[in-house]
Amino acid sequence: MIVFDKPKALTDAPLHYCPGCTHGIIHRLVAEAIDSLGIAGDTIGVASVGCSVFTYNYFNVDMVQAAHGRAPAVATGVKRADPSKIVFTYQGDGDLASIGMAETVHSAARGENITVIFVNNAIYGMTGGQMAPTSLPGQVTQTSPYGRDTNTVGFPVKVCELLSTLDGAGYIERVAVNNVKNVKAAKKAIEKAFRNQVEGKGFSLIEVVSTCPTNWGKTPQGALEWLEENMLPYYPLGVYKDKFAKEEAK
Amino acid sequence: MADKILMKGNEALAEAAIMAGCRHYFGYPITPQTEVAAYMAKRMPKIGGVFLQAESEIAAINMVIGAAAAGKRAMTSSSSPGISLKSEGISYMAGCDLPALIVNVQRGGPGLGGIQPSQSDYFQATCGGGHGDFHLLVLAPSSVQEMADLVAKGFDLAEKYRMPCMLLADGTMGQMMEPVSLTETKPEAHDKSWALTGTKGERRPNIINSLALQPQELEKWNEDRFARYAVVQENEQMAECYMMDDAEYCVVAFGIAARVSQNAVDAARAKGIKVGMIRPITLWPFPEKVLKAAADKCKAFLSVELNMGQMIKDVKLAIDCKKPVGLCCRTGGMIPSPEEVLAAIEKMQKEGN
Ligand SMILES: Cc1ncc(C[n+]2csc(CCOP(=O)(O)OP(=O)(O)O)c2C)c(N)n1
Ligand code: SF4
Ligand SMILES: [Mg+2]
Repeated sequence: MIVFDKPKALTDAPLHYCPGCTHGIIHRLVAEAIDSLGIAGDTIGVASVGCSVFTYNYFNVDMVQAAHGRAPAVATGVKRADPSKIVFTYQGDGDLASIGMAETVHSAARGENITVIFVNNAIYGMTGGQMAPTSLPGQVTQTSPYGRDTNTVGFPVKVCELLSTLDGAGYIERVAVNNVKNVKAAKKAIEKAFRNQVEGKGFSLIEVVSTCPTNWGKTPQGALEWLEENMLPYYPLGVYKDKFAKEEAK
Repeated sequence: MADKILMKGNEALAEAAIMAGCRHYFGYPITPQTEVAAYMAKRMPKIGGVFLQAESEIAAINMVIGAAAAGKRAMTSSSSPGISLKSEGISYMAGCDLPALIVNVQRGGPGLGGIQPSQSDYFQATCGGGHGDFHLLVLAPSSVQEMADLVAKGFDLAEKYRMPCMLLADGTMGQMMEPVSLTETKPEAHDKSWALTGTKGERRPNIINSLALQPQELEKWNEDRFARYAVVQENEQMAECYMMDDAEYCVVAFGIAARVSQNAVDAARAKGIKVGMIRPITLWPFPEKVLKAAADKCKAFLSVELNMGQMIKDVKLAIDCKKPVGLCCRTGGMIPSPEEVLAAIEKMQKEGN
């Protein structure tokens, strides 16, 4: 039995992510979902602006690179232009929950039949570690050097909770990739988010609670511990909405 | 030729887009172009097309990017403040070499400005209208018929040269009603092998992207793009010459300013002044060739604009400042009267002699 086989939906390009960064695992899970559904030839990816900007070199599918925060709007255009294609975005927290909040909320509200992979590492990774909309209270970053002060900059945005209030949003789940059990659950969730689209069901978003050891100033192992102790309590894992399950039950 | 029907400029351009094969429209309401969206909302669902009211102009232009990336004829329309929001997307389209049509039915600015006609987005349109080294094709209609005719032309040019095209109209063009004849046009066949259609497992992935972190690479991309722009500048200049054969003085005006100026030219001719008019139809590429030729014959030029004087710079550049160039302008939504333009022509004649 081959234990480690690279998914076909990943190219041979070496990933540029830092050691211990969970972007790589998430790429793999997305690629495995694409492979297991056999949709690579009909999939179109939308890369965002953040550390994952180069995803267009990594996924073995047609890709377009969107401006910062605009990936869901670009994905909407692609999907409306050719509904037979499977369209996904891959976005960080700065991209999706700050500059692109309007595009995120409205693509969900419209029930756009797309799949959104949302990588929440509580920081602006690519630009060197500034405060993100998801940075935790007290979290020290380059632009919150004394810790995120909720009196002056308010509180983190809980994307899954927020979107699950929208009637248009279909399937919203928060997962993590910090241990084997969670990776397995994440794999299932991501695959379901793609399958929903194949079945024409509507908007699916998977938030993956992730690490950024580099900008958190932690070792890969230390980052996983910080995630477990700080991120997971603030961002509880689980299914926040599954409109389709309800529809199926009816 | 189809029968003439009475139509608003905004509606004529919308129907013309449909007749030119556009089936993907994304927009956001703003006066004075909302009729385009309303028309598309009515028509697109009936013909299997897509009309989508986006959450903002930013989203609308990015939806156009998505549809254009998928290889479709896509368009958006807006008016000045909305075009500012689209500028980010327009820059990305230029950087990604994506063709699409962007309509700007201009109103007065800056800021929220007003809702009356204006040409004050000339700089924004002809200098690119977003960050980075790039140009748009910019077409300027001066009648409802041209609002329609330039739509198919714009799509064809955009696809031929793989660059976004802007139809730069103004509130008058959008709102006024004139007889127009509309005919179905067949899109010119241009290569779209770059489009995102899914690999089907049969080819390497297509990537549409404007990011190049290596300066050498980005420089090369920009140089290649400008080589293409040079071909556009050589081959695609369009202008209408009115009474230029024996003209000693030359008015330069586009859009609604040209309509007014034509009356003024007629009035000046009736007074024995040998004046003609060059009406740029392409603002980028600017019709330098006809202007250069006119510079050899004419004593002076007059730029007539609905702004504080923007095109006048291109006029001066086109004629290498060989002759004096005067300015007759109103701004903020005001339109110069034919009498004002006539007075400016008479002044030009006095000073030119
Ligand atoms: C309009 C615009 N503003 C700012 C930037 C700079 N920028 C690049 S990446 C980034 C933050 C990305 O953070 P996130 O989305 O959380 O992704 P991560 O790098 O953490 O994966 C910013 C602000 C940009 N490219 N474009
Ligand atoms: S900076 Fe952070 S998010 Fe970016 S690759 Fe490195 S660890 Fe990952
Ligand atoms: Mg981040």
